[in-house]
Amino acid sequence: MNTGTALRGALGIAGFLLVAEALGRTGVVDPYAVPLASSVLSGAFGLLLDGEFLAGVGDTLSSAAAGLLLATAAAVPSGLVLGTFPRAERAVRPLVEFLRPIPSVALLPLALFALADQGKIALIVYTSYWSVLINTLYGLRDVDPLAKETLQSFGFGRYAVVRRVSLPSAAPFIATGVRISASVALIVAVSVELVAGGDGIGTFVSDAAAGNRRDLMIAATAWTGVIGLLVNSVLSGAERRAFRWHRTQAGEGAA
Amino acid sequence: MTAPGAGDRAASAAAWIARLWIVPVALLGWELAARLAGAVYFPPPSAILVRLHELWFSGPLGRLFLTQEAVDHLLPSLGRLLLGWAAACAVAVVAGVALGRSASAYDCVNPLIHFFRSIPPPLLIPIAMTLTGVGTPLQLAAIVFGVVWPVLINTLDGARHVDRAYLETCEVFGVSRTAQLLRVILPAMAPKVFAGLRISVALALIMMIISEYVGSTEGIGYHMLVAQSQVDIASMWTAIVLLGVLGFVLNSLFLRVERRVLAWHRSARRTG
Repeated sequence: MNTGTALRGALGIAGFLLVAEALGRTGVVDPYAVPLASSVLSGAFGLLLDGEFLAGVGDTLSSAAAGLLLATAAAVPSGLVLGTFPRAERAVRPLVEFLRPIPSVALLPLALFALADQGKIALIVYTSYWSVLINTLYGLRDVDPLAKETLQSFGFGRYAVVRRVSLPSAAPFIATGVRISASVALIVAVSVELVAGGDGIGTFVSDAAAGNRRDLMIAATAWTGVIGLLVNSVLSGAERRAFRWHRTQAGEGAA
Repeated sequence: MTAPGAGDRAASAAAWIARLWIVPVALLGWELAARLAGAVYFPPPSAILVRLHELWFSGPLGRLFLTQEAVDHLLPSLGRLLLGWAAACAVAVVAGVALGRSASAYDCVNPLIHFFRSIPPPLLIPIAMTLTGVGTPLQLAAIVFGVVWPVLINTLDGARHVDRAYLETCEVFGVSRTAQLLRVILPAMAPKVFAGLRISVALALIMMIISEYVGSTEGIGYHMLVAQSQVDIASMWTAIVLLGVLGFVLNSLFLRVERRVLAWHRSARRTG
């Protein structure tokens, strides 16, 4: 990113805030219904010292992370099994195609009912599982057959081929699956909190709404957007660093 | 293409069986396991199917067998889903084309768009509720907010990366601006736009459900919460099945439309 781009980006953000502020001040938008940009901003700084909000952020992020980890731990091995045994993959594929489009939040009431407090993490695991699995399978299909056959002809067993060729060359795809799942995990965590309560950002926002603190409600939501942005850029930065070899191989520029 | 003969039909039926045998097997396994274990939260599929029929599809012929329950809960959900999705996509595609063709406008809005895109959309529901109250406007607002960003980002991406050679050719032949937009830019960006639209179908469904959980007095989501409070597990499962089928049907329909609309794109890539 060059300075011009960054400058125009900052200009856009400043312009957005100024227009929002002006609409409220001039009464075009009722400042009671939609709080002024300035009061949301000062609310946002206040939240940085608000123990309740910070605890909520911690709760939401830790359940999203735990769910994502469990899902990855389950999805990568099952992807490897299906990827190395094409017949198994062909058999199971229709089940995956039927289960994957079920919107995870449709299972929310059942999960909370059957699993109570564990329901939140279970739902995050279920949702994240699919995109990690699909990406793992996709990555395994992309493995260079020549490399696999070379290893096989040198007498390496199936397990060694998976460990030395398939897994490393599928790794960038798996990482992409995990990154996509991270934002979905956050969405599911927040949804559970909105519907069922419990500790977390979702509960903080719905409490702020109930207490008519609209500035805090918007400020907390904005912070969540910032957190989502940070998580995504940290993960894609890590991806870029770890898989530099993959990008050069795939012929992508170093943008 | 010639019409498929009886032999082809038999062959394709055999292929279907070879591909899909696992589905009846899995259902049978579930049925047996549920009956043997008496699992409370996982009723056997046959029980769910019976309940599905009596709850939603045992109505009079004149209403296409839809029950009053289905008319009251299913149809409003579907209507809002389609309306919200279509409105959001229209806005996002128009805005994406307009902003994507100007580099400096794109630079100005890009950080804002990525910021809004990163907000988990369900969080907007309590905020929207303070403005709209409970009801259809809330569902529409929730769906629109959830859908608009991925479509916008993909449209922008498509609009910004139209092959320069196409545009320069237009320039040389003096093609008018409108013709350029309609016949070159829009088709060139269509594959990206479709990718965004397909992601957004799933998001629209999610937002429909959550907004009905949190702020509605009708709809499939509301129905499911009522079933939960009445400990009516089979009824909850019928809603899960309906939503799953809806997700599956929308996704397959979409893929089919996409394949038809983008047929030229794939054939161009194959020869190119």
